[in-house]
This record gives sequence, structure tokens and C-alpha cells, in this order.
Amino acid sequence: MPPQTMSAKTDATIGVNGTAKSTSNQAPPPMALPANLKSDLLNKLSLKSFKLKTKQQELLLRVSILFLVYVLAFITRLFSVLRYESMIHEFDPYFNYRTTLFLTEKGFYEFWNWFDYESWYPLGRIVGGTLYPGLMVTAALIYWGLRFLRFAVHIREVCVLTAPFFASNTTLVAYFFGKEIWDSSAGLVAAALIAICPGYISRSVAGSYDNEGVAIFALLLTFYLFVKAVNTGSLTWSLASAFGYFYMVSAWGGYVFIINLIPLYVLVLLITGRYSVRLYIAYNCMYVLGMLLAMQIRFVGFQHVQSGEHMAAMGVFFLMQVFYFLDWVKYLLSDKRLFETFLRITVTTTVGLAAVALGVGTASGYISPWTGRFYSLLDPTYAKDHIPIIASVSEHQPTAWSSFMFDFHILLFLFPAGLYFCFKRLTDATIFIVMYGLTSMYFAGVMVRLILVATPAVCLISAIAVSATVKNLAQLLRTKSKVTQGGSSKAASGSKASSKALLDQSQPFQRNGAIALLLGVFYLLSKYATHCTWVTSEAYSSPSIVLAARGAHGNKVIFDDYREAYFWLQQNTPTDAKVMSWWDYGYQITAMANRTVIVDNNTWNNTHIATVGRAMSSYEDEAYEIMRELDVGYVLVVFGGVTGYSSDDINKFLWMVRIGGGVFPVIKEPDYLVNGEYRVDKGAAPKMLNCLMYKLCYYRFGELMTEYGKPPGFDRARGVEIGNKDIKLEHLEEAFTTSNWIVRIYKVKPPNNRW
Amino acid sequence: MGLGLGVMRTIEFLLLIIAILSAPVLSDLILSKVERRIDLTSQIARIASTIKAENDGSSSVSEILLSIPEVQAKNLAYLTAKLVEGKGKAKTSGVALAVEPANPKGMPPALSFYTMILPKPLANGDSVTLDVLAAFTHSLRPFPEKITQADIQLVVFQDTAHYLSPYPVKVQSLTLKLPDARIESYTKLENTKGLGSEIKYGPYENLPPFSYSPVAIHFEANQAFAVARELVREIEISHWGNVQVTEHYDIVHGGAMSKGEFSRLDYQSKPQIRGASAFKHLVAKLPPRAHSIYYRDAIGNISTSHVRGDSKKTEILIEPRYPLFGGWKTAFTIGYGLPLQDFVFESEGKRFLNFSFGSPMHDLVTDSITLKVVLPEGSKYLSVSTPFVVQQEEEIKMSHLDIFGRPVVVLKKANVVPEHNQFFQVYYQFNALAMLMEPFMLITGIFFLFVTCIIYVHVDLSISKSSASYLAKLQWDDVRATVQQIQNTVNQCLSTHEKLEASLRDLSRTGDVQACKAARKATDGLLKELSKELKPLISFLQSSPPAAHILPKVEELVAKERELQERLMAKHSTIVDSYEKKLGGRETENRVASVQQKIVALRQDIEDLMEYIDEI
Repeated sequence: MPPQTMSAKTDATIGVNGTAKSTSNQAPPPMALPANLKSDLLNKLSLKSFKLKTKQQELLLRVSILFLVYVLAFITRLFSVLRYESMIHEFDPYFNYRTTLFLTEKGFYEFWNWFDYESWYPLGRIVGGTLYPGLMVTAALIYWGLRFLRFAVHIREVCVLTAPFFASNTTLVAYFFGKEIWDSSAGLVAAALIAICPGYISRSVAGSYDNEGVAIFALLLTFYLFVKAVNTGSLTWSLASAFGYFYMVSAWGGYVFIINLIPLYVLVLLITGRYSVRLYIAYNCMYVLGMLLAMQIRFVGFQHVQSGEHMAAMGVFFLMQVFYFLDWVKYLLSDKRLFETFLRITVTTTVGLAAVALGVGTASGYISPWTGRFYSLLDPTYAKDHIPIIASVSEHQPTAWSSFMFDFHILLFLFPAGLYFCFKRLTDATIFIVMYGLTSMYFAGVMVRLILVATPAVCLISAIAVSATVKNLAQLLRTKSKVTQGGSSKAASGSKASSKALLDQSQPFQRNGAIALLLGVFYLLSKYATHCTWVTSEAYSSPSIVLAARGAHGNKVIFDDYREAYFWLQQNTPTDAKVMSWWDYGYQITAMANRTVIVDNNTWNNTHIATVGRAMSSYEDEAYEIMRELDVGYVLVVFGGVTGYSSDDINKFLWMVRIGGGVFPVIKEPDYLVNGEYRVDKGAAPKMLNCLMYKLCYYRFGELMTEYGKPPGFDRARGVEIGNKDIKLEHLEEAFTTSNWIVRIYKVKPPNNRW
Repeated sequence: MGLGLGVMRTIEFLLLIIAILSAPVLSDLILSKVERRIDLTSQIARIASTIKAENDGSSSVSEILLSIPEVQAKNLAYLTAKLVEGKGKAKTSGVALAVEPANPKGMPPALSFYTMILPKPLANGDSVTLDVLAAFTHSLRPFPEKITQADIQLVVFQDTAHYLSPYPVKVQSLTLKLPDARIESYTKLENTKGLGSEIKYGPYENLPPFSYSPVAIHFEANQAFAVARELVREIEISHWGNVQVTEHYDIVHGGAMSKGEFSRLDYQSKPQIRGASAFKHLVAKLPPRAHSIYYRDAIGNISTSHVRGDSKKTEILIEPRYPLFGGWKTAFTIGYGLPLQDFVFESEGKRFLNFSFGSPMHDLVTDSITLKVVLPEGSKYLSVSTPFVVQQEEEIKMSHLDIFGRPVVVLKKANVVPEHNQFFQVYYQFNALAMLMEPFMLITGIFFLFVTCIIYVHVDLSISKSSASYLAKLQWDDVRATVQQIQNTVNQCLSTHEKLEASLRDLSRTGDVQACKAARKATDGLLKELSKELKPLISFLQSSPPAAHILPKVEELVAKERELQERLMAKHSTIVDSYEKKLGGRETENRVASVQQKIVALRQDIEDLMEYIDEI
């Protein structure tokens, strides 16, 4: 009987492969078998018909995943627009916005030659020569492009969305980079990881219109193109990387990282004996062209060949030539001993020449020494002792462990795993990513804001870890299932499966283990996704111009005091009024209030800032003299005592004292402290209680009831009752105070008539 | 304080009086009764006069002259006259009269004249009653001119107690309505009465033409002195169903300038006393069904506004970023969308927009208004009809997806008060098909984008056609195509194998040996053809150098396939054979078992190889 034959046959097949597996071998009822078999066959048939398209399927999947990641990277950065509005955030972006506006209105040449007399009064600032124009030019080009295509957008919208747009582009670069150093699946994972990594989002949310927004894209692009150039040895790619470098130089001061990391990488390759003509072509082309291009940026100019930070690249460039020359000589000279002598002579002369050149250059001042910022990167304690203005910025503080955890989450654990995989498969490309990862991790530890630079490397390396692990586990599962289907073929299958076969024998519950591990990986990744979304929406999407708090009934309360004050200044003061404030608010005042400021966030002149610091920490009479000298019309202070807003001028005051005291020894920090303690209540130092800053912040504050059950004049930001409630101003008068007292503006009175 | 103000002003008035006294008397018209009511409760001085005129002469009179001192005339924002019909309580103000500036001869130079043209001439002995409404801006002068935050705001209003007219007036009276607050002082003449917030002058009888008796009222006025120095209203019509209105305001507090400190503490604790002269908010009455309302300024959104709406209106309360004290300025933009069918209508093949002219803000004086009506691209034959004289221009605006730009009608007017909130019409012709132009453009744009992509993919863009790498690439492409072909052929072979297997299954079901043999023959032929096809492909691969590294794999694939073919044939013959011999199932199984095992293994190998080749 035919059915019998069938069942017997199937039985036999199962018997053959059933030896390997005991679980799937629970004999099904014989009656059901033919049907089972048929469906199995059908499956196989349909699989066959799909088989032709596997490649296209894979391509389709890859492209759609990339597209989704691209979109995701963009939309996750729009929280701030939804929560608040389409606006520019924080401090520096306001300067960038103002310059972009200038660029789009007046054109490139006006922009390039712009002398801004509205800041650093009375010195002014040569804006065209002291900024990195990449960001503004990019935004302006996008703006002009859209205008050309007849989309009547406002330049503000373009500026707000520039950073998310470039973040999306970064995911593409991350994909290609990952593909270059590992494989395309690692690239996909890298793209997905970097799309939502908080370390990157912190600087690229909509509205955060800052250099870093495009610079990370440029940085990663340059690295990718360089690695590609090293891998292919093609002039085209190295040329492309030179242009990538040019874009980076035009966008951000962080290009110094590239110009030091790449030589370091080349040096490591040379030392580890991985020198090749590919490397020679890639580095020389990239360095020479990149240097020439970078020198076109006015802010960089001849620094690129003269300053200490760029010397390493030049040194490696010459070293490359010597290396090549020696290689050539070695090829010509067949005698080994002769070559060794030659080698000794050449190396000695080269090193001698280099040392002499460096010495003479440094001594004559032709080669400028390292800047303070560079020093503070190499030695984290340097800034604290020598440059208070760098140390005073919160984003220049050393990074706490918690913020690593906050910004990287699971990547922090995946990073070492990825390094392990990289070391397991050392190639020129993986060496590069390892070096990038390790150096940037060090810098991230030195300064909070450099976490940003480390983020792409961490994402890429973690992506390698995730992708390699998942791939191994998935292959394990797939071979297993194949084995159950394909029967005895396992033994015959070639070397490819042999390692798995080995594992197979050693671990009986391997399949379950793999499933469990896979589930674990997906659990971790989904945790990462939720963490990133949470961080983005809660921590990194606040514009910091508008403050939001929860009211007593859980409703959202908005403190829009900054804009209130800036708009008041813009509308109700003479157009040529000079406003004195601490430098943090300089950019915002020039951009939003359109008034001249004494100092701003471009902290190029320490003495000028110190003068303002001195005025703020002097008695009113002395401060009045300084203000008269600076032609100050209005003084603006930020005060959080009413709302409990803690980053106000009273909390920043010690830095003013320090920076002021650094230039003017009249100001001494101990005068403002009591037993080394900084206080504003009754026990405060007398100088503190009567200095200008204290008076301006607390003027008439003593009469105000801020909190129920507390005496009048209770400072909610510091939780104390203030020490000087009877403040009289002699040379200044209150001109405006915002509704929540966050910004207070005082008018400087003209001098009294002498008669 | 009191009446010792502006010496200049007094001199002006004196000159005026001298000028007036030397003026001649005009026509035979007599004003038998003049009642004037001046409303000073807001910053706009509104003078409503009821004038009864009688023709006392012989010839009929067709126009009546109104005279206003030039000092006031420059602040005149609005002037209308209406004929009153009926008597007593049934009085209704009817036809509006045309009022035009006039320049009659022999009149004193310090007066401005306007003529009201009567619909039908006034015959001898006939009388007519007129309602004249005039609104003046900036005529309440703050005095003192500078006050501190704690001070109240006092203003002075000056006018004449006697109606200034080129005609003799029989009976007249004047009533001034002041805001409900302190009155500092006022000029006391005969027959002057102060009743709470009202001051009454008159009645005065039988006064000659150009009688003049200056009065000044000094009183407290703390209402909002909101003056829009400039207002730009942009009304953009989209025939997709929306009328978008955008209004840019540039507002100043037009009252007494503030001096000294602004103390937030004082203002917070006692806003009514220590900030009496300031205003905190403005109210705008928008049309009903206004939607997507926004309120922002140059530096961003302003979160302090409230919208209330019902079926008759939408009311929006706007709080500027800070309270406005005297002389303080602010600027902002409000915008809202309105349903198209409420404002754009069609008649006689023409479309027209029917929209109100002035600002929707309550009690706002606008020094200069610019109204821009942006019509959809492709609108033609524009014409405007306004209830009063405005300056008119046309321009072009480039907006989203415009090629030629949208035609814009620009209307300009100075000194606008809420009385100007009357409807005006803009007529134009617009073809509804033009609406589809923009979507069509978008579609074409995207279409061309894809076409470019397709072209880019298919066009060979390499510069040097003879370079080694280019040639290598071409060769490699050939190799890939060949490998693809080989794979296809192998796949065909495999599917042929399936057919063979199927025939075996049929055999076991039906026992039809002949059919099975026929199937065998057919597949044999097919397979032979396929292997013939494979031969040139393999030989091509062997000859091409870039294929060197995959050649062994491909060869292996082909060899395995051939082996598989042989085994299958063997299996097939065995089974058919055993069927013919009528052997039992078990026995057949045993005979085939080893071959079957081999076949499965070979299949697996072929699959692996295909995958491997795929990955290359």
C-alpha cells in the first residue's frame, strides 16, 4: 500500500537524523505524516522560488533599515520643538544664529570681512577671522537651496533643524564606516546605535545650532574616508578625506583631534610593521591637501604649520618620507651591512635636523607653544591652576562616572567587548577604530563635553560587539535548524560549520543557550532604546532660555524671563546702549536684545572679562568708575532667589572673583569667604554683602516674601535668609525686573552735577 | 496745576481767534440747534454732534460746511455725517453723506473745512438734521508729561465751548463724558455744570459765526493708551480653503512717559496703585471660527495669551512680555487662519474677498496701517473697493512653490481708529485649475528625481574607458552575469529534479509505471539541454582571469549537480524497477536507502555552494 511505503520512508529519514537530536524526535502520529511532509515540501518550494531574490531581499532590508534609522535619528531630536517651540537653544547657538542671519542677509564677502562692534565694547571683534564658518555656511547653503526650490522657509527653521539633519547624515556615515571596518551588519547596528545615543543627542537636538552639530558628521566622515583610503590606497578616497578634513576644520576647533590622531595612527602602523604604499598614499595626500585647504580658513591660517598642536602631523609626514626613502635605498642596496650604516646615518641626521628645527622654531617664536586648552586636555588639573576661565565652564569639568553611564548606557559594557573582537581580527581599519576609541575615551574622561567625540567610536566598537555576537548566535541557531532538516549532511558539511559542530558536541543545551543569549541581547538593546528616548526627552531637550517647572498641581509652569528681559532691552533702551553682564549672557544679549555688550561667550580677552569680574565684585563706587570707563548704560544680572533657579550669578560669583583677581590683585577671593565658606546670609563676609553683584541681585529683595512660613528676603536658590536687606543704590537704578525676578536690569545713572 | 499749560498752545488759539474774528459770514444757512457730546473715556476723542440746519436764505443750499481748527484737524482720524430722518423717538440715522475736504474762499486760514453734500438741495425754510461723528487721536495730551511708576496719569483735552461754525448757531450745548475718575480741573464758563464724570457747557443761544471759547479739561485717564505705530496686516488667500491673516504690531504706550525706577516689587504687590498708568494686556476680537492662532515676536513664542471663542466671535487676550508703562514699546505678531467660505465669495464670474480693514484690537490707535492682500498665484484683473480713501499699490510676493509670484494688493492708510473696521472688497479672477499647479509641480519634481536616479544607475559615468580598473570592472561584471546564469541553470536543474521526485510520488500513489517512465524521458531531455547550456558558460569562466577565485567553487557546484543527477536517475530506475518487479515497500526502501542518503547530502552541499557563491 502506497501510504505505508511513504510512512516507512519518512520513518527511515527521521531515524537517520534523529540520532543527533532527541528533542525533536518525539514520533508524531503516523497518520499526520504525509500532510506534514507535503507542507514541508511546499515550504521548500516557496523558499526555492524566493531563493533567487535573497540578495535583493537583503538589499531591500538593508536600505529600509537604514532609511528608518535615518528618520529615527531626525525625529528623536524633535522633542524640544514639540515640548517648547522651534527656537535656538543655550548660549553659543545664539551667536551662530546671529552670524548666519548676517550671512544670509549680507552675503559671504560681507560676512567674511565682518567687524562686529556690538560685542567686546570698546574693542570689537573681527568675526570673520575668529570663527569657524562651516556651520553658518552650511545652514546658509541649505537655506538658499530651499529658497531656490521655492520653499519659502525662515532661516531660523533651517538653523533649528540643521543639527538633526546632520545627525541623520552621521548615521549613514556610521553605516559605511562600520561596513568598512567590520561588515555591513555591524554598520547597520552602528547606525542604529549612534542614531539615538544620548552622548551625541546632547549636542544635536533641534535648536542646538552649534558647531558640534555638523562637526561630528565631518569628523566621522573624515575618519571613514581616511580608513577607506588606507584600505584601498586610492588617491580618490584620500582626496575625499582631505576635503572631509577641510569641512571639519571649517566647522569646529576639534579638528585638532583629527590632525593628531591620524599621525598617531600612522605612527602605530609604522611601528607595528604594517607600513604599506596604501598608507603612504593615503596619509601624504590627505595631509598635504588637507593642510593647504585648512589654511584657507582665516581662523586657522598659518597656525596649521606653526603651532605646536599641528607639529605631530608634520613630523609624521617627514618620517613617512624618510621611511619611503629608506625603503627605496634598501631596494637599491643589496648589501645588508651597507644599508644598516646608511640607516644609522640617515636616522641620526634626520632626528638631529628635526630637533634643531623644532628648537630654533620654538625659540624664535615661529612655532607657537601649545595653547592652554590643549594643555588642559593633556593635564586635567592644568586649567584649574592656571586658566580659571576655562575651569569655570561646567562642560569643561572632568567627567563623572554617572554621566558616562547616562550618555552611553549599555555601550559602556559593549565597548570592551567590541575591543576584544577588534583585537581578534586586527586589520588596518580595526586598529584605527581601536585607537580612536581609546584616545577619545581618555579625552571624554578629561572633559564632559568631549564625550561627544568619543560617542561615534563607542557606538562603532559596540556595534561590532553586538553584531558579531548576534551573528554567531544566529548562525548557531540556523545551522541547528538546518541539521534537523538536512539530516546527516552535518557530518559532510565542510570546514565552515566545523567549529560549531565542535561546540555542538561540547554543549548539549547550546540551542537554548543561544536563544536565551539572543533574548538577553534584545532585552539590553530595547533597554538602551528606552533609556535613550527618556534621556532625550527629559534631559537634553530643554532650550535653557525658557525654563519649565512643575506647578503645585502638576501643571507645567513656564519661566520665560530671559526673553522677557532681552526683549525689553531691545525695545526700551537706546539702540547704542552698552550692556554689562557676566560673559555667559553676552551672545544672547547681542542676538536677542540687539545691544552692545562688554564681554561675551567668545572668551578671547581675559583681561576684559576680568575687568567686568572686578566691577561686579567691587563696591558700588569703584564699580561705577569702571562702568563709566566702559561707557556702560545698563547692567544685567541673573538672579534665582525667587524661583529657586540655581545657575544664577550669585552662584557663579566666585568665578567672577577668581577671574577678576587673576588680573587685578585688588580682588582677593578670601575677602568674600568666611572661613573658606561661601555664604550670602548674615554670616557672610562684609565685602560680599556690599559688592555690586550682591547689591544688584538682592536690591529690594529683603521686602519680598518668597515662601510661606519663611521670613521676607528668603533666598530660595540657596535656602537662606539674606544678610543685607537694606540695600541702597547710589549710582544705579532699577530699570527692569522680569516677572519671576530671574533677570534684573539696572540703569547706570549719569554722574551728579557738581554744583 | 491747572490751566497754565503749553504757552505755545494758548498763543495758537489766540491767533486762531483773531483770524476767526476777521472772517466773513457765509451763506444764509442757520444752525438752529447743535448738540455736541464728546466721549473721552478712551484715548480716542469721539465727538458726536447733532446739527439741525435751516435754510434761511432765498437760494437753495446743497452743501453744508464743517469747520475744524487745524490743530485738531491733523489728529482727525474719522469723520462721517448721516442724515437723521423722522422725529422724536422714531429718529433713525439714515443715509450717509459724502464728506469731502473743502477749501472755500475767504475763510480764516487756521481752520480746515469739510463739506457735506446733501442728497437733495435744501429749499428755503426747509430744515435738515445731521449726525456728525468725528474721532480724533492723540488729542488727549498727558500733563505732566513724565510720571513715575506710582503716579496716576493725567491728561488735558482742549476744545471750544461754542460750536465753531461758519454759520450762526441759535441754540447749542456741549457735554463731555470723562472716565469715571478724578477730574483735576476744567474751565468754568457761564452755564457750566459738572455732574460726576460729566461736564456740561451750555445751552448757549444766538451766537454769531466763528464763535470761539476755549475750554480745557484736566483729568485722570488710566486706560490703555495703546498706539500701534505701525501695523502690517497680511491676508493670504488659499483656495484650498484657508484665509491666513498675519498681523505685525509695533506698539507703544502713548501716555505720559515714565521716569525713574521700575520696581517689580511695587508692581507685583500693588499693580493697581503702583502701575496704574501701565497696561498689561490687549484684547482682540477675531472673526468666528478662527483657528491656528499664534502669538509671537522676533525672538520666539509668547506663552501669555488666552483664547475664548463662541459662534459669533473669537476673543483673544494678549499679554505682552512685560507691562507697558508710558513710552515703553513692544512689538509682536499674531496670526490666525479663517475658513475661506466665510470671506471669499463669487459673483458674476469674479471672486472677491470681503474683509474688515482695521485692526481687531480693542481701542487701538493705529498711526499707520499697511494692508496686504496676497492673492493666489495666477489671479488676474484685480480691483479694490474701500469705504474710505486709501493709498493703493500692487506688488508681487514669492512664497512656497511660486514661479511667477503671487499678486499682492497693498493698501495704506494713516491714523486709523476702530471706526475704520469696515469691510472692503478685493475683486479678482482666478481659475480653479491653477490650484493644481503646485501639487503637479511637486509630483513632477519627485518624478524627475527618480528619473535622474534611474539614469544615474544605468549610465556609465567613468571618465577613462581604457583604464585598467575600468576594464577589470567590466570583466568582473561579465563574470558576475555568467555566474548568475550558471546559478539559474542549476536552479532549473534542481526544479527538474523535483519533477522527477514528483513522478516517483505519483507512482507510489497511482502505480502508473508508464507515466513515470514518460516523465523520466522528458526530464532526461531537459537535463541534457541544460547541461549543454552550462558548457559555454563554464568555458567562459575558465577563460576569464578575474573569475579565477570562484571558478573552483562553480566547477564544484556543476560537478555536484551532475552527481546528484546521476544518483537521482539511479534512484528513479531502482524504484521503477522494483515496482515492475512488484517488490514490497520495505525492500524498495532498503535498496534505495544508501542512494537517498547520498542525494540528501548532495542537495545540502549544492545549497551551501549556492549560498557561498551568492556571497561573492
